[in-house]
Amino acid sequence: MRDTFDNAWIIAKREFRAYFATPLAIVFLTIFVALTGAFAFYIGGFFDRGQADLAPFFAYHPWLYLLLVPAVAMRLWAEERKSGTIELLMTLPISPMEAILGKFLAAWAFIGFALVLTFPMWITVNALGDPDNGVILTSYLGSFLMAGAFLAIGSFVSAMTKNQVIAFILAATIAFLFTMSGFELVQNSVKAWLPEVVTQAISSMSILSHFERITRGVLEAPTLVYFLSMITFFLFATGIAVDQKKAE
Amino acid sequence: MRHRTPTLPPAAANTTTEDAMGPLIEAHQLHKTFGEITAVDGISLTVQRGEVLGFLGPNGAGKSTTMKMITGFLEPDSGWATICGHNIHEAPKLAKSMLGYVPEGAPSYSEMTTRAFLGFIAEIRGFRGEEIKKRICDAAEKTGLEPVLDQTIETLSKGYKRRVGVAQAILHDPPVLVMDEPTDGLDPNQKHHVRELIKAMAADKAIIISTHILEEVEAVCSRAVVINRGAIVADGTAEDLLRRIRHHGAVSIRVPTDRSDAALRLLMDAKFVAGVETLGSANGHLHIRALPRGAGLDPADVAALLHAQHIPIDELYIERGRLDDVFRQITTSDDQKRKTKGEGAANA
Repeated sequence: MRDTFDNAWIIAKREFRAYFATPLAIVFLTIFVALTGAFAFYIGGFFDRGQADLAPFFAYHPWLYLLLVPAVAMRLWAEERKSGTIELLMTLPISPMEAILGKFLAAWAFIGFALVLTFPMWITVNALGDPDNGVILTSYLGSFLMAGAFLAIGSFVSAMTKNQVIAFILAATIAFLFTMSGFELVQNSVKAWLPEVVTQAISSMSILSHFERITRGVLEAPTLVYFLSMITFFLFATGIAVDQKKAE
Repeated sequence: MRHRTPTLPPAAANTTTEDAMGPLIEAHQLHKTFGEITAVDGISLTVQRGEVLGFLGPNGAGKSTTMKMITGFLEPDSGWATICGHNIHEAPKLAKSMLGYVPEGAPSYSEMTTRAFLGFIAEIRGFRGEEIKKRICDAAEKTGLEPVLDQTIETLSKGYKRRVGVAQAILHDPPVLVMDEPTDGLDPNQKHHVRELIKAMAADKAIIISTHILEEVEAVCSRAVVINRGAIVADGTAEDLLRRIRHHGAVSIRVPTDRSDAALRLLMDAKFVAGVETLGSANGHLHIRALPRGAGLDPADVAALLHAQHIPIDELYIERGRLDDVFRQITTSDDQKRKTKGEGAANA
């Protein structure tokens, strides 16, 4: 077990540094911070609402993540397969799960870092009023968990293809379906031919409804379990995909 | 996914290093198909400590697939492979820790510096602290990477990139080395350097290198295995392989064209000559090849025979044959056989 953690940690360190070895990090972080701010101020009406909270800031995270998280996730395995380094990685004395976990943790930490960089929003709202910082903290946590779920989906899709563009589009689409699964768009299309139980189940898988609960300050066990099982499920799926597709 | 815990068979538990007696690499009846295509069709081989096995075959013969199964990247459909006695799929971590592998094209993380990349490999290999620095220095020195240690790998020339691949494989001084075309794309000096390196390491390791450069086999390999269409078609030293060629040990001579008829007649009648071939004429000389009968042909006999009739010999040498010819002979005659067999079956 310690071995597993050590190896995953070594992989994660390498991966994390790799983001900063290319302009990817600076481009991503800049756009992330700029867009989260822009959405909150211009579309969310941060000032017009006259309330000291970050609700308009967090409300747009799911939509931003649909675009930005697949951009981080697409390279996770597709690049490794394209450049052939997967053969090197898989013949080192590490297990595939350690590699999958390490890569995922690095990407997650990278997005976590991007979230941390949005701290001026928090300072602003505290300077202007007296917000409920507990709600803000749970919202940040919720946003981070949601990013993890999107990333795990992206990791799986990235393992399915060598082509990063395909990985991006597929990951964004699947993430979109999960986000919207509680809403009419998805529900109408499945209600017609699936039994009630299944449509209910699909509805309960909605990332958006779980995230909205958290941003209201409600951090419950089912929501935590939901996000963590999404991550676990898609990381195992990544394992299968890597195993099946690595040689192609 | 198949997530196996690396458990050891009880017998192997005490010999975590390696069994001094057994082969360091063993492959048994490896099979692999990709859809309709049979890539590897029952390859077995063993490599002992001190051996450098040259893995030869036309492109697409199954060399890389076999190496990928031996190194544990691919799982065979059937058959097994062991590294130092440890099954690569049942005890992957243990087996892989005793293995250095240079995959085809020597891939590496191109955005890293050479030093950072080797550092990452060292850490994964379980080295910590000062030992990492020492290992990087050692490997860089052996592969001549010192000048580019702090350059990012993507800026390096093909030759350096290849050597980065070799450096990461030898960093932990493994008992087993598997290299897929380690000298591909190197200039003659670099090739020489890598071959010297392989020779220097050969004594206490078991090494497999795949190549399509046949001179390499003579230069570094103690044994050559030729595969074609996923099966082994020849296994032996370079000399063994050369013996397979028809004109191995033949004596070639050049005689003036005006005396060539006499020379041909003499050679044809000689009891130690199995046959005579003419290989064309140039500059007033005819090139004749005398094929040996039985045990071999002594060039002195040929010289004496012609001297007795005062036929001047311009040039005389024993032909060893070229590995290229052996290679072509082995791999194409095998194809021919299969083809005729296939037609026979179709007719029946």
